[in-house]
Amino acid sequence: MLAPTMRPIDTVASAMRALTAHAARTWLTLAAMAFATAAVVVLSALGEGARHYVLDEFTQLGTHLLIIMPGRNETTGGAPPLLGETPRDLTLEDALALRRSRYVAQVAPIAVGAAEVSAGSLSREVTILGSTAAYIDIRRLAMTAGRFLPPGDPERGAPVAVIGQTLAEALFGSASPIGRRIRIGDRRFRVIGLLAAGGVSLGSNLADVAIIPVASAQALFDNPGLFRVLVQAGGRESLDAAAAAVRAIIRERHEGEDDVTVITQDALLGTFDRILGALTLAVAGIAAISLTVAGVLIMNVMLVSVSQRTAEVGLLKALGARQRDVLALFLAEALLLAAAGTALGLALAYVGIWLFNVRFPAFQLVVPIWAPLAAALVSVGAGLVFGLLPARRAARLDPMRALVGR
Amino acid sequence: MIVLRGIRRSFQVGDQVVHALRDVELTLTDGDYAAVMGPSGSGKSTLLNILGLLDRPDAGSYTLDGTETTTLPEERRARLRRERIGFVFQAFHLIARLTAAENVELPLMLAGQPIRERRRRVAAALETMGLTPRANHRPDQLSGGQRQRVAIARATVTEPRLILADEPTGNLDRASGEDVIAALEALNAQGLTLVVVTHDQALGARARRRIRMDDGAIVT
Ligand SMILES: Nc1ncnc2c1ncn2[C@@H]1O[C@H](COP(=O)(O)OP(=O)(O)O)[C@@H](O)[C@H]1O
Ligand SMILES: [Mg+2]
Repeated sequence: MLAPTMRPIDTVASAMRALTAHAARTWLTLAAMAFATAAVVVLSALGEGARHYVLDEFTQLGTHLLIIMPGRNETTGGAPPLLGETPRDLTLEDALALRRSRYVAQVAPIAVGAAEVSAGSLSREVTILGSTAAYIDIRRLAMTAGRFLPPGDPERGAPVAVIGQTLAEALFGSASPIGRRIRIGDRRFRVIGLLAAGGVSLGSNLADVAIIPVASAQALFDNPGLFRVLVQAGGRESLDAAAAAVRAIIRERHEGEDDVTVITQDALLGTFDRILGALTLAVAGIAAISLTVAGVLIMNVMLVSVSQRTAEVGLLKALGARQRDVLALFLAEALLLAAAGTALGLALAYVGIWLFNVRFPAFQLVVPIWAPLAAALVSVGAGLVFGLLPARRAARLDPMRALVGR
Repeated sequence: MIVLRGIRRSFQVGDQVVHALRDVELTLTDGDYAAVMGPSGSGKSTLLNILGLLDRPDAGSYTLDGTETTTLPEERRARLRRERIGFVFQAFHLIARLTAAENVELPLMLAGQPIRERRRRVAAALETMGLTPRANHRPDQLSGGQRQRVAIARATVTEPRLILADEPTGNLDRASGEDVIAALEALNAQGLTLVVVTHDQALGARARRRIRMDDGAIVT
C-alpha cells in the first residue's frame, strides 16, 4: 500500500501559521518584496507613459509629414563643409518649387522670429511665425474666431495676422480681437483670426504666437531664409517618393548641392518609439534587480527561520515527516512571502499610478501588460530559487541532532 | 517484537571517540514495560534514539516486528516512525505557536489523514489525557504536567505499538510526574510496549523490567 502523504492544503496552512507567528519579520520581508514589485510596475509605466506622450505629440503635428531644414545633417555623412562655408538659405522660391512634385500635396514654408506685438498701450514679446494658408491644414489647427491666413500669392505679404489665445487676452482682454489693429515690430497688421486653444506641440506654445504671411515675416525680420518647410505627402505610401523628390528639386535649385535635411515624421516616430521602448525595458530591468535583492532577503529570513526552528524540524522528523514534507513546508513559506509581497506590490503600484493619473492628467502613466506579469514571475521565481537553499537545509537535518539542537 | 543484536554506536567528539553503545543485545516483547536506568552519559538516550529510528547504529541488527530496520532507506524509516512509534521527550517539544489540539494533530497531518478523522482522533486523545478543556490553549498557557500530557496525546494519537519516553518526568514536580507515569502505564495496560528512561528509582521499580546501563553497555 502506498503511504499517504501530507496534503498540500495542510502544507500551505502550516506555512501560513509559521509566517503569522513572526509578524514583524514577515511584514518587513513583505514590504521589501512589495516595494520592489511596485518599482518594476511604476517605472515601466513611467517609461510607457513617456512613449505614449511623445508619440501623441508627434501625431498632433500632422500626418504624412516631411520636415525640411536648411543645412546638411552631419549624421548622414558626406564631405565635411569647407571652412567658412555657411549653409545656403532655404528660400521661399525653393519651398514653392516643391509643389511641382506630384507626390507633394501641400507645402507650408515657415519663417520664425521674435518681436514685440502691441495694441494701444499694451504689448507683449512673442514668437512670430510666417507661413501660408496651407499651415492650418498641415498642422491640423482649429480657429476660435475669424479665419486663417488667406490663400493667394505667398510672395505677397498682406498686413494680416492670426493670433493665439494668450496673446489675444494680453492685448485685448476678453474683447474680440477680430478686426483690431496691432503693431508687430514697426509694422501695422490687422487681426483676422483667433487660434483655438490646445495647440501645444514640440515645445512651441501656439497660444502665444502671431502668425503672419511668410513674405511679411521675411520683410519684418529682413531675412530671406526659411526656418523650416513642412511638406505634406499625398499619402503614407508616397512619403519616401516625396522625400526623394524634395531632395532632387532642392539639389537642382542649389547647383547640385545636397544642403538640406529631410526628416520624415514616421522615421522620427520610429526612432523615438525604439529609444523610449528600450529605455522602459532598461528601467524595468534595473527595478527587477531590486526584486532579486528582495529574493535574497527572503533567503536570509528563511535561513534564520530554519536555524531558529531546528528543534521543530527534528520533532517533525521524529513524528514521521519525510524530507520532502519538510522541504515543502519551508518552500511554501518562501513562496507565500514572495506571492503575498508581489500582490501587495501590485496593489500599491496600481493605486499609486491611479492617484498620479488623477492628479496629473497631462501626463498619463501607462502600465504595459508585460510589467505586472514579469514582476510576478521574477518575484515568485526569486522566492522559489532563494527559498530552495534554506528549505533543503531544513529537510536534510539529522533528526536526532536537530531534536537536541546540535 | 523488538530484537537488538550487537548494536554499536560511537560519536566522534573532537579527536576522541565516545562509545555510546557497545554491543547492546536486547529483546522486547509486545506489551513490555521496561525502565532504562543508569548514570548520566551511560547511553540511555542513544539507545532510545536507535529504538525510535531517529538514529542508525554503526554496527549490529535491529529488527522491528521482523523487519530489519538498519538497512531501510530514510523514507521507510520515517514511515515506521509515523505509524508504529510514539515519542515523549523530557523537554516536551511542543510547537509554541500551535494550540494543544494542533500539536496533537501534527502526526495525523503528516500522515495525510482527512480533516474529519483528524478532529475525531485528536478529541479522543485529548479526552483520554483529561485535556479537553485545554484543547485550545497554547503550551505557554499550560503547566508542565499538562504539557507532557499533551505530548503523550500526540505520541498516542496515531495508535502506535511502541511508546518511547526519555526522562518524561525530568522537568516535572513529583505530583505531575506521577500523573504522567500513570498515563503512560495506562497505555501499557492496553497492550502498548513502553520503554521509559528514568533516574527515579521509585518509578523504575514500577516497571516490569529494569534495564541498567553503564558506559554504553547493558549491565543487567
Ligand atoms: N550527537 C552526539 N554527538 C557526540 N556525542 C554524543 C552524541 N550523543 C550522545 N553523545 C555521547 O554519548 C554518550 C551517551 O550519551 P547519552 O546516550 O545521551 O547518555 P544518557 O542519555 O544516558 O545520559 C555521552 O558521552 C554523550 O556525550
Ligand atoms: Mg539522556
